[in-house]
Amino acid sequence: MRRNSQMNEEETWHVRDLLTENKSAKNRSELGEKFIPKLLLFIALLSILTTILIVITLVTETIGFFSEVPLLEFFTGTVLKPLSQNPEFGILPLINGTIISSAIAMLVAGPIGIMTAIYLSEYATDRARRVLKPMLELLAGIPTIVYGFFAFTFVTPLLREFIPGLEATNILSPGIVMGIMIIPMIASLSEDAMSSVPNAMREGALALGATKLEVTFRVIIPAALSGIISSFVLGISRAIGETMIVTIASGSSKNFTFDITQSMQTMTAYIVEVSGGDAPAGSTIYYSLYAVAMTLFVFTLIMNIIARYISKRFKEEY
Amino acid sequence: MNMIVGKSKQEDQQMKNNAEIVFETKDLNLWYGNTHALKNINLPIYEKKVTAIIGPSGCGKSTYLKTLNRMVELVQGVKTSGEITYRNENILNRSFKVEELRTNVGMVFQKPNPFPKSIYENIAYGPKIHGIKNKKILDQIVEKSLRGAYIWDEVKDRLKENAYGLSGGQQQRLCIARCLAIEPDVILMDEPTSALDPKSTLKVEELIQELKKDYSIVIVTHNMQQAARISDHTAFMLNGELVEFSDTDTLFSTPMDRRTEDYITGRFS
Ligand SMILES: Nc1ncnc2c1ncn2[C@@H]1O[C@H](COP(=O)(O)OP(=O)(O)OP(=O)(O)O)[C@@H](O)[C@H]1O
Ligand SMILES: [Mg+2]
Repeated sequence: MRRNSQMNEEETWHVRDLLTENKSAKNRSELGEKFIPKLLLFIALLSILTTILIVITLVTETIGFFSEVPLLEFFTGTVLKPLSQNPEFGILPLINGTIISSAIAMLVAGPIGIMTAIYLSEYATDRARRVLKPMLELLAGIPTIVYGFFAFTFVTPLLREFIPGLEATNILSPGIVMGIMIIPMIASLSEDAMSSVPNAMREGALALGATKLEVTFRVIIPAALSGIISSFVLGISRAIGETMIVTIASGSSKNFTFDITQSMQTMTAYIVEVSGGDAPAGSTIYYSLYAVAMTLFVFTLIMNIIARYISKRFKEEY
Repeated sequence: MNMIVGKSKQEDQQMKNNAEIVFETKDLNLWYGNTHALKNINLPIYEKKVTAIIGPSGCGKSTYLKTLNRMVELVQGVKTSGEITYRNENILNRSFKVEELRTNVGMVFQKPNPFPKSIYENIAYGPKIHGIKNKKILDQIVEKSLRGAYIWDEVKDRLKENAYGLSGGQQQRLCIARCLAIEPDVILMDEPTSALDPKSTLKVEELIQELKKDYSIVIVTHNMQQAARISDHTAFMLNGELVEFSDTDTLFSTPMDRRTEDYITGRFS
């Protein structure tokens, strides 16, 4: 320290002194040091508490519903007629609509998303990546109502040129558009997983005489598999929960059918329809809302559990 | 090395002339963008011999090595001039198929880089991409390669386990075994022991001695004792130039160039 001040004669202070001086000032903030973590904990608990309250409401109202409609009838019934004189509450048409629209969405988003990811991670030059990735993320930021409108006013009329039997509201068009909406998510997450595979792996394979395609499909994708699969699962749960697009473009027919040119209703669209109408509180139809929401919740919960399991199970270590 | 010890210079020269040349480098220049990384390199690599490349950090050793299997092309903006012939064909020709070259010229990297797969799959990867599907043949290749890299006894009971469960030294020998699985002609090694402890280093060095019976080996090393111990020929590089190339004993006992002498005696600055 002395040496220091000799070297630099104008220097009139010493770091050590400044540090001890500041120490006393530091004591004052000790309160914050103790108090702030408690505040943070409280706020964290608050959000957990909210979630728990939501689940409790769901469960109690659902129990109320099942006191009027038998559980078996609800889960095995293929007829959903909440507004009829003799209402019937079978959820299968809704589950069917949800699964079919999600399946169509994944058929679109899966291949396109993964091909985009492969291109971005393995083939694109740095410059191309710098331009394309933000554009992709922009696509993810479009409000779903815009996608819904796009499906109804553009995709459906376009599809009708090729599929004459297509109804004005149908499940195919919103399914496809939902897929388009999910592409950025799958592409971006899969790309992250693939580009985090170390370059040493690529070099190791190339040095064995592998072509770029062989490196991609036999080293990079297997190594990034956990990330890719979880991006798919997240995509699926996004599709299951998607509401606006199907509400706008798929109508509200509660048919139990596998014909994708027809209108179908998803669980989410049903909730919108019923809560938008004037179901009197306490009526069966009002309670059915909660039962459907509960089923939807279980669906997405299962997807999330699967995603977690998969990303652990297929975790490749490198 | 033992083969050369005790022989007169003349005999030695004789032998060199008779030995087959695998790689012949003629007036090789290489640029990374504007960095002139290799300058007029002329160098032969002899068949079934160990050629060591030594020199201070940044002199272009790795660059030269990676040019021999054209891995250097993975860097964007690399330009080359001159000629490298492998078995009398110019590999720098655009039309020369790199996959074919790399099938004949294997590489072992500084840091062990097994694939995140099982030990078995690591070895079987090369043969598989080259079209070998028969399970029995693959089993045999795996065993033979692992034995060839002297790691069979250590891993034979855990072939299905992930390669990343192995120690660093074992991983490096696994990478050598992976390289052997496609029975290349030449093996390039870039500081293969720099990440290993002395015991694993010794094992890899012994392995190299065994391998040169069947393979031509080019090894980059910072360890001059290692170069002296295991190589037959040594090339000394400095600032992208090849300063001196001769048989290892001569280079270390009576270097021709002052700069070589300075470097090997540690007087280099
Ligand atoms: N990818 C690259 N892009 C640009 N310049 C590079 C690249 N790789 C190497 N160089 C430059 O080329 C020269 C030679 O590098 P090289 O890696 O061949 O040295 P080296 O002899 O292997 O060094 P070391 O002993 O430290 O590994 C250095 O000046 C280095 O900065
Ligand atoms: Mg190097």
